[in-house]
Amino acid sequence: MNNEKKVFSLSGLLHHQLFIPVTALVLLAVFNLIMDPSFFSIQMGLNSEGNHILQGYLITILDYGSELAILAIGMTLVTAASGGQDISVGATVAIAGSVILRLLCGASAREPELQMPIILAFLIAVAVSMVFGAFNGTLVAVFRIQPMVATLIMYTAGRSIAAWINHNQLPIVTDKSYSLFGTIIPGIPIPTPFFIAALCVTAIMLVLRFSTLGLYVQSVGINEKAAKLNGINPVAVKILTFVILGMCVAVVGLIKTSRLCTINYSVIAKDIEMDAILAVALGGNALSGGKFNMWASVLGAYAIQFLTTTLYKYQVSSDALPAYKAVVVILLVIFSAPSVREKMAAISQRREARKNAGKEAA
Amino acid sequence: MKKKVLVALLAGAMVMSMTACGAKKDDAPAASAAAEETAEAGEEKEEAAEAPEASGELIKVGIINNDPSESGYRTANVADFEKTFTEENGYEVVEKFYSLKNDEQIAAAQNMIQEGIDYLLLSAAETTGWDTVLKDAQDNGIDVILFDRTIDASEDLYVASVVSDMAKEGETAVGWLADQGLDEYKVIHIQGVMGSSAQIGRSGALTSKADAEANWTIVEEQTAEWNAEKAQQIVEAVIARGDEFNVIYAENDDMAKGAVAALDAHNISHGVDGDVVVMGFDCNKWALQELLDGNWNYDGQCNPFQAGTIDGIIKDLMAGNVPAEKTVIMEEKGFDASSITEDDVNTYGI
Repeated sequence: MNNEKKVFSLSGLLHHQLFIPVTALVLLAVFNLIMDPSFFSIQMGLNSEGNHILQGYLITILDYGSELAILAIGMTLVTAASGGQDISVGATVAIAGSVILRLLCGASAREPELQMPIILAFLIAVAVSMVFGAFNGTLVAVFRIQPMVATLIMYTAGRSIAAWINHNQLPIVTDKSYSLFGTIIPGIPIPTPFFIAALCVTAIMLVLRFSTLGLYVQSVGINEKAAKLNGINPVAVKILTFVILGMCVAVVGLIKTSRLCTINYSVIAKDIEMDAILAVALGGNALSGGKFNMWASVLGAYAIQFLTTTLYKYQVSSDALPAYKAVVVILLVIFSAPSVREKMAAISQRREARKNAGKEAA
Repeated sequence: MKKKVLVALLAGAMVMSMTACGAKKDDAPAASAAAEETAEAGEEKEEAAEAPEASGELIKVGIINNDPSESGYRTANVADFEKTFTEENGYEVVEKFYSLKNDEQIAAAQNMIQEGIDYLLLSAAETTGWDTVLKDAQDNGIDVILFDRTIDASEDLYVASVVSDMAKEGETAVGWLADQGLDEYKVIHIQGVMGSSAQIGRSGALTSKADAEANWTIVEEQTAEWNAEKAQQIVEAVIARGDEFNVIYAENDDMAKGAVAALDAHNISHGVDGDVVVMGFDCNKWALQELLDGNWNYDGQCNPFQAGTIDGIIKDLMAGNVPAEKTVIMEEKGFDASSITEDDVNTYGI
């Protein structure tokens, strides 16, 4: 009985999905603790409008990691159901942001008053993003195109579409209330994106807990034919995951454009798809689809931002950042390769056996 | 059943491809004939250069530029060309092509040469790979005019180039900064995409000044790749580190805006009478507005309005006057928050 428990705790811990992202976070935290403990200091300060705001590296991570976490939610579902990734999220974030700004700023792009309530503009952007998601999903589910190839279409065309929506103008929202989503709400010193992410994570957790979505997605990802025989419609499930990702994309579009109250079509959310996919991988989810763990992906997203912020702190040139992320990818790939996993399992088993033998001898 | 459908589809595809080939074969001689014609026309044009517009014929131009969504600069640049090269001004734009990809631009240029144009106006995405196609253009009697950017090719291959001098932009900006008479210059230098001509030009002046002067230090030098958000994160990292600074030298307006957002979040005053001097480039209208409001201190112009100059060069060439200088450098200003006017914002804002 005692032995069984021990086996569970050691190899179980190694095999638990949260192990990888938590280890990554702990490693980064320990590194920073050794190099410079002031990394963890948080002060209460004032911003230029006289509102209280918490400041420090951890707050930056919370702030920018949140948009990545929101994207990771959708990307996890897409990955699990279709066994592939959507590489067009950066471009569709540009589209969503462009739609919101077009609606708020009007045709002239410089209207001093908001042309419609922010919530309405946002909801329309959500609808547009869901349509683009459905487009990607249809290509993948109905026409059976490889997800990466299917989403390559929007990846290439998306930013041009975003620019076209605003007739290549650069709209600027002058109304201060729009900046609340990307900065802080007066009176609450924590960045708003964190609350938006918390809301999104709670929503998806409730959906997964109280609906069959999670089960359907996993069964489609594990074995499409078996799922179909059991009465699940794989086409609908796959399209649904892309539509959910579309919703996540619209939320990120809102946050991104709100930060600076403007948009730059060619650079907004650039390369964010790679970080979102990395978050899913860092969460220990199989990129070939099947089982997934949402918490692990969300933690993975914050771990990536932790890495980015750490590198900024040590003045690593930002065009070298992808190289560091590549190292993480290589480690992940090696760590999750079947042959390595088998070897590790064998080692831990042997150790257990030796312990057991030692105990019996005693 | 499925097989039959497949066979039918394949057969259809074959027929389609055959007709496609046929069409191409038919087209090819016609195209080369057209090219010969333009070549002849080009020679004739040189001979009879004295009678250009009198005939009432439109000057045929082909325009190759980068995609207008690239930046505010490019949007203004493309709009300026579309406004200038119109039928009222005596031009027929045979084809215009906007792309950020060099190979697509080269293919479009070849296409334009085939279609027959008098002038090819070119802003190349990359500096290399243009020799062959420009030689082709020359053989067909087409004059090439470069704008915005130069390329690595023999000067003989083009008749004029109308460009910005990025290094001069940097020198103007750094000269202005030196004139501010600060006791000490602690600069956060936010760079554009490394290796781009704008980055090299605008960085160069600052780097050499900081090396030369004892009271100039670069607190942080980092590329934000023209991206406002990256600039924001970079400045936030500097603030969190506790490093002191009093100048933000951002190589475009977007990055300056991102940097200012970080300052605002930490209640650090900036602009006229502020603690931090904010400098940007490109003269977007909204950026000049920030100057007018006193939130920023300086904005350097990168003049996108080359179409008027090119129009002049073409009219000169048609009249038989070869431009005295092959390279024309656009006049570029730098705006100071203390002297900028509402008119400047409307005239020079892009």
